[in-house]
Amino acid sequence: MRIILNIIIKEFLQLKRDPKLFGVIFIAPILQLILLGYAATMDVNTIHFSILDRDKTTTSRQFIEKFTKSGYFTEEANVNNYKEAENLIDKGKTILTLVIPKDFEKDINRKLTAKVQAIFDGSNGNETSIAAGYVQGIVASYSNKLLLDVQNKSEKKIQNLSTINPEIRIWYNPELKTRKFMVPSILGLLLMVITIILMSMAVVKEREIGTLEQVIVTPIKPIQLIIGKLVPFIIVGFIDIILVLSVMVFWFDIGIRGDFFFLLFSSLLFVLSTLGLGLLISTISKTQQQAMMVAQFAVMMPMIYLSGFTFPIENMPQIIQYITYLIPLRYFITILRSVILKGTGFVELLPQVGMLFFLGVVILTASILNFRKRLN
Amino acid sequence: MLSIEVNSLSKKFGKFLAVDNVSFNVNKGEVFGFLGANGAGKSTTIRMLCGILEPTSGDAKVGGFSVMNEPDKVKQKIGYMSQKFSLYNDLTVEENINFYGGVYGLFGEKLNERKKWVLKISDLKGKENLITASLPGGIKQRLALGTAVIHNPAIVFLDEPTSGVDPIARRQFWELINDISDRGTTVLVTTHYLEEAEFCNNIILINAGKLIAHGTPATLKKDYLKNKIIEIECDDPVSAMNILSKEPFVDDTSIFGNNIHLSVNEIYNSKTQISDSIKTNNKINIKRIDPIVPTLEDVFIHLLEKGK
Ligand SMILES: Nc1ncnc2c1ncn2[C@@H]1O[C@H](COP(=O)(O)OP(=O)(O)O)[C@@H](O)[C@H]1O
Ligand SMILES: [Mg+2]
Repeated sequence: MRIILNIIIKEFLQLKRDPKLFGVIFIAPILQLILLGYAATMDVNTIHFSILDRDKTTTSRQFIEKFTKSGYFTEEANVNNYKEAENLIDKGKTILTLVIPKDFEKDINRKLTAKVQAIFDGSNGNETSIAAGYVQGIVASYSNKLLLDVQNKSEKKIQNLSTINPEIRIWYNPELKTRKFMVPSILGLLLMVITIILMSMAVVKEREIGTLEQVIVTPIKPIQLIIGKLVPFIIVGFIDIILVLSVMVFWFDIGIRGDFFFLLFSSLLFVLSTLGLGLLISTISKTQQQAMMVAQFAVMMPMIYLSGFTFPIENMPQIIQYITYLIPLRYFITILRSVILKGTGFVELLPQVGMLFFLGVVILTASILNFRKRLN
Repeated sequence: MLSIEVNSLSKKFGKFLAVDNVSFNVNKGEVFGFLGANGAGKSTTIRMLCGILEPTSGDAKVGGFSVMNEPDKVKQKIGYMSQKFSLYNDLTVEENINFYGGVYGLFGEKLNERKKWVLKISDLKGKENLITASLPGGIKQRLALGTAVIHNPAIVFLDEPTSGVDPIARRQFWELINDISDRGTTVLVTTHYLEEAEFCNNIILINAGKLIAHGTPATLKKDYLKNKIIEIECDDPVSAMNILSKEPFVDDTSIFGNNIHLSVNEIYNSKTQISDSIKTNNKINIKRIDPIVPTLEDVFIHLLEKGK
């Protein structure tokens, strides 16, 4: 016990002596959360589009105005045919062409269903789906207005007035929605990055400078050495999560609806796997640089992509979806979002908590066994 | 009494045989020199004796325990100073002592007592709060030695402790090694400075993983070197050496500073053989030709030449 404490003290002394590392651990996560938190709101601000107006009537112009005055759309050109529209999309000038067919006004006046066509550039799925949401929203609001006009004119009550799909309205106010949704998962991401990077340096650094060899000649047991190295980073992880949560609550004004201590408990389960992965990287790497590369490209990047942070898991091919079940970050993000935004409790999240615990124990045990084998 | 018994120890890295069937014994309390060029296999042997590296075949008893079967017990008995610098550069002198004392289970009064001793031998009394990185090389090495024996081990392994240290600091370091040995600790020390071999009670010389000589400095000189050594001082030692190395009475040649050392066999009878040889071939100006008492370096060069 005293021997482990001795190692923990040493690790903290070294941390204290390294101002750069100190900054990386305690300042960088705060700055990153603030930066990423703002970036998360800027995903789609202006959608550049072109118009192919085959009707050229007052109504069609009125309809187009709904777009140009919405604040989300910038009209790049009025085109005369599909070819021109396609050109603009190919050049990247626009991502959307709005086609208003002949007889648009006539159909509306005859109270028939009027059709418009929206052609999207699908190469940026995220942007496109948001833009499509805006288009649907504007169209819905416009048809709503038409119905109201008709109602006013005829002074008859039209029963179907409230048929507008309320889900579309969400897209009218994307700012708050995106940030609220993103910030909790950024939190998980930061905790992962910090703990994996710190731990992946821990052993290989001592191997590089030669102290590892010196330490393993002492009667110290490998398990004591590992616990002595893990505990400081668990503590650092906790300080970080509290720092970042404070930024979330006090800077972004996103409150924690659920249980704060449950959140800390899940963070502990989560860092079991990230520290385990870090230890594994550190054990198999020959140099710190190599460890850094492995941590970034072989571990963290796939983790981020497969966690559902960047792309929704439902959109992934089935096989990849199965792989995501092995990604601890996936469960941690779900827990973070649910506890922070919805106030979900332990019981409902039991499957996620169970998986985090299971993966943490398996990964950490495997890493410790591997470390012991490598030492001998 | 034996402190270390090494029996047919070998280590292979893949197909490469780094240590080849090495056997030797080390007596309790002696300073045992382990000599060889870079890459000869010294560190690999020491690592096996410390229980860090598992031997491919053979075994060794260190402090009475087998390195093959009881490496954990071996670790209780020994101190080790690795070839790489083994202190934490970013910690202070005292923090390093506390850490290494702590991992050896020293706390409280016992630790304080040993700390005082380490500070004394490394001349760091009153400088406990200096960052280790800022210390001069020689002091650092003595501090490293102090921490390696902070727990008073029966045996201590020092892997090239004097490499990269200036000559004065090297002498001080060897005095320290003698002090530690006088207290009854067995010291096994590797070096590639051949002249340091003279400070040892017993020596082995290892080349390409094979043990090629074993004995005290005196017996090595007597047993392994039947040849006389002649020292020549002249204008152009390199050309002179090239000429002389072709003579039948010369076994091997080497350059020491500006002088040539010739190892001559029984065909050799007088200095004139040498001066004639150089003069007939060239116009090199000879200043001096003297027979000398061979140093250990002459012995080793002779042995290494023979080994090729
Ligand atoms: N872990 C290793 N893997 C492969 N080869 C090694 C390893 N350690 C040492 N060697 C090789 O074994 C030989 C002996 O090395 P070493 O014992 O360090 O020599 P010395 O300490 O005498 O300079 C060298 O050729 C070295 O390259
Ligand atoms: Mg070596």
